[in-house]
Amino acid sequence: MLDRSRPKAPAFARWLLIGMFVFLLLPLSMMILSSFIQFSSGSMIEITFRYWKEVFDDEPLRDSLLNSLMVAFSASTVSVALGSLAALALAKTKFFGQSFLRMSSVLSLVFPEIVFALSLLSLFFVLGIQLGLWTVVIAHISFSLPYVILTVGARAASLDRSLDDAAADLGASDYILLRRIHLPLLKPAIISSFFIAFLLSFDDFLITYFVNGVGYDTLPIKLYTSMKTGITPKLNALATMIFLTTSMILFLLFRSPSLNKTLEDLNKNENF
Amino acid sequence: MNNKTWYRFIAFPSLVWFFTFLLIPIAMVIVVSFLTRGTYGSLEWIFQTGNYFNAFQDAYLGILLKSLMMALGTALFCTTVGFFMAWSISTSPKATRNLWLFALMLPFLTNLVIRVYAIKFVRNGMDGPLQTLLRLLGLPFNPYAFTANPYLVMYGLITSYLPFAVFPMYAAFEKFDFDLVEAAQDLGATTRKVITGILVPNLKPAIFSSFSLVFVPCLGEYIIPDLLGGAKQMLLGNLIVELFLKSRNWPLGASVSVVVFVILVLFFILIHTMKGLRYARSK
Repeated sequence: MLDRSRPKAPAFARWLLIGMFVFLLLPLSMMILSSFIQFSSGSMIEITFRYWKEVFDDEPLRDSLLNSLMVAFSASTVSVALGSLAALALAKTKFFGQSFLRMSSVLSLVFPEIVFALSLLSLFFVLGIQLGLWTVVIAHISFSLPYVILTVGARAASLDRSLDDAAADLGASDYILLRRIHLPLLKPAIISSFFIAFLLSFDDFLITYFVNGVGYDTLPIKLYTSMKTGITPKLNALATMIFLTTSMILFLLFRSPSLNKTLEDLNKNENF
Repeated sequence: MNNKTWYRFIAFPSLVWFFTFLLIPIAMVIVVSFLTRGTYGSLEWIFQTGNYFNAFQDAYLGILLKSLMMALGTALFCTTVGFFMAWSISTSPKATRNLWLFALMLPFLTNLVIRVYAIKFVRNGMDGPLQTLLRLLGLPFNPYAFTANPYLVMYGLITSYLPFAVFPMYAAFEKFDFDLVEAAQDLGATTRKVITGILVPNLKPAIFSSFSLVFVPCLGEYIIPDLLGGAKQMLLGNLIVELFLKSRNWPLGASVSVVVFVILVLFFILIHTMKGLRYARSK
């Protein structure tokens, strides 16, 4: 049914689509272009990599990139580990605290980001925890956990129950069942949820802005603070670099069969 | 170990995590909103409800209304335009469809700071690339039109949240049975009739989802008004940050946060009842 030709949408809808895309992509493409372009005397335009080099030579920028990668890697590892297990448990059985877990993950998805950031800041303040990179990692785990639970949960819901029974009949313990059956079957979803968590963390500005310690800037924070003081070609190059990194991860994600599988699963689960 | 205990055991870490880093912080914000601000921005444990009265004083009420209007306007615009975009994407050939979706995903998953930066860069002050382009084309324009103003904030909000509106409706269009449209057209229905009589009633849940997906983040938006609006365009998100970080009035900031949260909860209840009504009627 889906592949039959569909009656076309009216022409003005098509024009609207094209027009909005120009609006969406114009600023980004202009930014990328100007990171390579140098206006020299007169109206001559030169192509240059000078600004890119300036970014690489900048020591504080390198540090913030390192911070970003470290935070994104550790936060997504922890949240994938916690979230996958929780998603599996949610799909397999009913237990005390189940509705609490469901509610919390929905709550943190719809909660205004700014309030979430400030509430975490208050927590760290009251507990007397020194703000640093660790507080950023904790915050990033908190906001990516629901996404992991949602992504892996969609796959876990479609696992065949008879496999569990068969394994149990053959005397497999719960741990063996998890390691030999559940984890291998969930692997595609776990991989894509890792990428999603990584992207979310790498891109986050608002929450990081509130809970990071002085001197522990991540890349988006660095971009924001330099933007406040003025726009330079070097910033264009930096923004372009972040953009290209994100697009590359996205491209890999799109190419991978695991994401397509995950999207199908999410489509089947019509909870949203 | 029996099966149930095992699953409880593996879900336990997430439970503890949500409890410690989601519920306790939220509870704390609620508690702080009833406390009193000390002399140097410290907290004093004197309970009072005055913060909530202060949260509704004239200046803040103006910000609240402006934020609501902007969020509603953006959500309405994105839902309407997104509807036609989703319709158009879903009726294009299969190969093109994925291309459109990828193109839509790209700005969607790009860092918000970068997207805003790009907008700011293009419209930078008096002589950014856009102005240069307009000047080269010899088109007349107001040089001040591209500096900080509410329209620029709206533009930022719309371009940032439009993909949020398109995706749910596109998913619904993908599952929609287009034979209905064909049948209606065979019977002589006009485009308007197709939209109001067939598409909108059938896609109502997705339309509501799109609307909320834009409205919710817009209401607490901080970066877009901060960077594109200058100091003049203050919305709720900026107000909360201002109160927490600059004037260090945590109780007042917390009570404004609680107000925002209550508005969102009311909004969700409203959306759910409206969705529910539709199902009830169709039975």
